[in-house]
Amino acid sequence: MSDAKDIAVVEGRALVQDYQMPGSLFTGSKQVRALKGVDFRVAQGKTLAIVGESGSGKSTLARIIALIDPPSEGELLIDGQPVDISRHRPGPEMRSKVQMVFQNPYGSLNPRQKIGDVLMEPLVINTRTPAAERRDRAEAMLQKVGLQPEHFNRYPHMFSGGQRQRIAIARALMLNPRLLVLDEPVSALDLSVQAQVLNLLADLQDEFDLTYIFVSHDLSVVRYIADDVMVLSKGEAVEQGSREAVFADPQHPYTQALFAATPVTDLDAIRARVQRRKEARERQTV
Amino acid sequence: MAQLNIRNLTVKFATATGSFTVVDGIDLHVDPGEVLAIVGESGSGKSVSMLAVMGLLPDTATVTADEMTYDGRDLLRMSRSERRKLIGREITMIFQEPIASLNPSFTAGFQIEEVLRLNMGMSRKQARVRALELFTAVGIPQPEEKLKSYPHQMSGGQSQRVMIAMAIASNPRLLIADEPTTALDVTIQKQILDLLMKLQEDYGMALILITHDMGVVAETADRVVVQYKGRKMEEADVLSLFESPKSAYTRALLSALPEHATGERLPTVSEIFLREDAE
Repeated sequence: MSDAKDIAVVEGRALVQDYQMPGSLFTGSKQVRALKGVDFRVAQGKTLAIVGESGSGKSTLARIIALIDPPSEGELLIDGQPVDISRHRPGPEMRSKVQMVFQNPYGSLNPRQKIGDVLMEPLVINTRTPAAERRDRAEAMLQKVGLQPEHFNRYPHMFSGGQRQRIAIARALMLNPRLLVLDEPVSALDLSVQAQVLNLLADLQDEFDLTYIFVSHDLSVVRYIADDVMVLSKGEAVEQGSREAVFADPQHPYTQALFAATPVTDLDAIRARVQRRKEARERQTV
Repeated sequence: MAQLNIRNLTVKFATATGSFTVVDGIDLHVDPGEVLAIVGESGSGKSVSMLAVMGLLPDTATVTADEMTYDGRDLLRMSRSERRKLIGREITMIFQEPIASLNPSFTAGFQIEEVLRLNMGMSRKQARVRALELFTAVGIPQPEEKLKSYPHQMSGGQSQRVMIAMAIASNPRLLIADEPTTALDVTIQKQILDLLMKLQEDYGMALILITHDMGVVAETADRVVVQYKGRKMEEADVLSLFESPKSAYTRALLSALPEHATGERLPTVSEIFLREDAE
C-alpha cells in the first residue's frame, strides 16, 4: 500500500474539452477543442497555479476540476478515485470535497440572499446538520475569514468587493472541502485588498491543509502563492514545473513572452527607461 | 508653461444623504510632451478629476478650482462652444472598456470617419483616406478590412487600437488615457502601452495615464501623482517614487505588490498605513 501522502488530491489525465459552436441557417455547427489533453497532479496542501491569457482554456479546466462540466475525453481523479460526472451525478460527499470561488464577487452572490443564508445553504443541501448548528458554524466561519458575526443578517450590497470575496471563500469552506478551485479570485480587487485576500488564503491553507487550484493571469500573484505552475496556451499545457523552475528558467517561447510582457517595478529597469527617454528627447531637440 | 494646470480642484457630488466630496483640493500640472501617471485605488478620485477637466461629469457634480487652465485658457469660465472646440480636438480621452466605448451598430470605419468629418471638417473621401492612415499608424492588421468591421468582430486589443486611432485623429496636444489596458491580457497590454508611448513620442503630445497598476506606472511615466480618497498623497518623478517614496501610503502600496514579497505574508496597505499614521 502506498502512503496516504502519495495519493494526489486531484489528478487529471489527458483531459480534453470540446465545445459545439452552433451553426446558423447556412453554416454547419463547428467543434472547438478548448482543451487539448492536459495532465497534472496536486498533492495535499499544495497549490497548483494555472496561468494563461483569455482563450487559453484555463477556466474550462477549472470548471472540469470543480465538477461543473464533464470533460469530453480523459480522466479526472479526486483523492485517487475516478470521477465521471457525465455518468454518475456526484453525491454530497464528493461535492463537499471540491468547492469553487469565482472571479467576480459582485456576480457570484445572490443580491436577495442574506449572508447568513449564503453560508448555510451548502449545509442545507449537502448535509443533515440541525439548524442551530448550521447557524453556529456560519458565524464561526464569518470570523475565520475576518468578518463579524453581526454581518450574518446583512445583504451582499452592504459589503465592499474584498469583503464579498471573503464571503465567497467562507461559503466554499462551509463543507470542509479538501480542494478549492479559485478562478481569478483577486483580479477584481484593489492592490491593498488583494494582499489581504491572498494572506487569508495562505492562512486558511495552513490551518485546514487545503489544496488549491489557483487560476490566474497575473504572474506576480502566481509567484507569491503557487508551489507548482502550469502555463496554458490555446488549450495546451506548454510549460509545467515547480514555481522556482518556471520563474527562474522558463523553457517555452510562450512563457518567455508572457514574462517579457509583464510590467516590472524593478529600479534598474526604470532607471534604464528614464535614461532612454532622456536621450530620445535630446535627439529630437538637436 | 504647463499645458494643463490645475490648482485646488474640488469635486462634490450631491447625494440623497448630502454632499459627498470625491476630489479634495488636488493640484496637478502637465508639461508639453510629458507622461504623467495618476495612480490610485478605486475611490481615490483619479478618474473624476480628469472627467472634470473634460467636462464629462453629470449635473449632480459641483466642480470648483482656484485655477483650471489649458494653455493659459480658463476651462471653468469658457463658453460651451469654446470648450467643445478644445475637448475632443486638442484634448482627447480613451477609456477602460474599449468594446463598450464603440457603438455596436456602426462599423469601426464609419465611427472614425465621423470624428474626422465633424471635428476636422473633412469630406467623406478625405476622411476615408485619413482613417486608413490612422488604422495603419496604430498597427491594426488588415486595416482596409477592419474599417468595414463591426465592434463585435474585433478583439479587445483591436478595439482599443480603434479608440486610440480616433483619439489621435485630430493631432491632440493632450491625450488622457483612463485605465487603457486594465481589461486586456498582459501581452496585449504591453503592445498597447508600447503603442501609446510611441505615438506620444512621435506626435510630441502630453499623456495623462490614469491607472491602479504600479507596473504600468514603472513602464511608462515620467512623473507620478499618487491619490488616495480624493487627496494627493505624493508627487514625484518616477524613479524617486519607486526609489524613495515619501508618503506612507505610497510605501504601503509598493510593499503590497506580490513581487516585492520578502517573507511568507504580504504586508497589507491598511496595516502599514495605520501603523505609520499612528507614529
